[in-house]
Amino acid sequence: MSGSIKIGVPSKGRLQEQTFDWFGARGLSMRPSGDAREYAGAVDGMDGVELVLLSAGEIPREIAAGRIHLGVTGSDLLREKLPDWQMQAQELALMGFGHADLIIAVPNVWIDVASIDDLDAACAGFRTAHGFRLRIATKYHRLVRDYLTAQGVADYQLVDSQGATEGTVKNGAAEAIADITSSGETLRANHLRVLEGALIHASQATLYASLRADWTGLEGARARLMEKLGL
Amino acid sequence: MVTKAQIAAEAERLFSYFQSAGAVPVDADILLPAETILDLYGEDIRARAYTALDPVRGEMMLRPDFTLPVVQAHMAGGADPARYCYRGEVFRKQDHLSDAARPSEYTQVGFELFDRANPEGADAEVFALIARALEGLPLRAVTGDIGILTAAVRGLSTTPARRAALMRHIWRPARFRALLDRFSARTPASPARAALLERLNAGDLPAQIAAAGPMIGLRSEGEIIARAQALLGDADAAPIPDAEAGLLSNLLALAAPAPQALAALHHFAGQMPSLAPAVARFAARLDALRARGVEVDTLPFEASLGRASMEYYDGFVFTFTGAAGLPPYASGGRYDALTAVLGAGRSIPAVGGVIRPHLVAQLRGAL
Repeated sequence: MSGSIKIGVPSKGRLQEQTFDWFGARGLSMRPSGDAREYAGAVDGMDGVELVLLSAGEIPREIAAGRIHLGVTGSDLLREKLPDWQMQAQELALMGFGHADLIIAVPNVWIDVASIDDLDAACAGFRTAHGFRLRIATKYHRLVRDYLTAQGVADYQLVDSQGATEGTVKNGAAEAIADITSSGETLRANHLRVLEGALIHASQATLYASLRADWTGLEGARARLMEKLGL
Repeated sequence: MVTKAQIAAEAERLFSYFQSAGAVPVDADILLPAETILDLYGEDIRARAYTALDPVRGEMMLRPDFTLPVVQAHMAGGADPARYCYRGEVFRKQDHLSDAARPSEYTQVGFELFDRANPEGADAEVFALIARALEGLPLRAVTGDIGILTAAVRGLSTTPARRAALMRHIWRPARFRALLDRFSARTPASPARAALLERLNAGDLPAQIAAAGPMIGLRSEGEIIARAQALLGDADAAPIPDAEAGLLSNLLALAAPAPQALAALHHFAGQMPSLAPAVARFAARLDALRARGVEVDTLPFEASLGRASMEYYDGFVFTFTGAAGLPPYASGGRYDALTAVLGAGRSIPAVGGVIRPHLVAQLRGAL
């Protein structure tokens, strides 16, 4: 082990700014180093901490592999990407930004569907009428499937949608969607409505510790860092 | 640790044993079309089966079990009656770290019996055959009968829609319980449902739909109106009587040696006559098992066995289990409805079971 604690943070954008602000407010100043386009960073205010800039979507994998000790990413991404995430990562802090809810949305014209119970009944009727399972578009396959299994919903299928998911119903590729929504505007514009009481996950930016990383020799540095962060 | 050679030897022994019992060996593809499997098992199977993408044939799955290809082969032109056996690898994705020690690729050896003449005799034949293959091993056999549960649901004094909803969720115990509690008025309708009914009652359904925006997706206006009307009708339905809901709960909790279970079932049938034919079949199966030398007097029966497993079992079910935490050494059951789904209009009563030779070889090595 190189002797420093590696913290993985998002490599760009609003999530990076807010992450830097969060650490900055706790006396740990983070900044990009070198050329603005170079994915490298520096940490001031404490020795033995190394900044690793990564795509937010790759941070869960790096945590699972133990290549970083700490990581900041959306809890939706981590829980989607890591099976049994509690066995691979420890939640250290909910950081209070990057809020987004993973919800199910159905066409607003489905006046008979208000709850997950209604969705299940609609799935049964749809399969009888059309001969195939009702399609729900999402990129959050694990979270949505686990949720629907726990709720006892049957006769649905998940179809993959990696972007513009709100448009899939209008375009005939799905009957409903499961997606992150931070505001309801896009849903309304696409004639969709959130299913009441079907909050799959309330996501926010979260600081994780890897349970897979090698912390040998870093116990002291970890304790100092946690103290500084007030954790 | 058991070696691959020991597992192969055990698999060979079981495979020859099934052949000596009159089964014809069948080969099955390893790569199967994903859509058929998903349609049968539902989306949950994705957590357990490996998928592979073929640019031309679309999404494929590594076979999670043999039942599907064997039934398809039989429906495409098998003898009647027919006995089949198979031996080969199945593939199960381990979606939980806690299951990481479980193999994701292992051999199954199985026996399937397609027979219209004597279903209870066929049940007994398969069970006795597998019990004999495992003779001398410290395993516990448990039996169940999904047919008794479906008969009980059919016997409930309620609307056809409520019976159908319960029937559909027999394999999802938590949802089944929630529905039963709601239909028997043990739990009140949720606020969301109450508000929904109020809105639907408020006015003309097509006008409400028109006001809600454009029709998108394949679910049609007709489907929406039909479900809305069904909801309004359901709101007026009388609750399932307490006595019947209680009987169903007691039935689901029934766990006893077979003779005591039969006595209890006779008692239930006295209160709910629709159970009588299923109970008669249960009794006939016990006779058939006894005739095949199975020690019936101590044979455990659990009414809920098979509810949390693959959805296709719809009659007799059984497992042979060993140490806690390990999957069953053998399991099986009756799946008449599956042959109708795969048979494109034709169907044949079918029952079968599989043994996991790697577990058997491990156990033999440890004895």
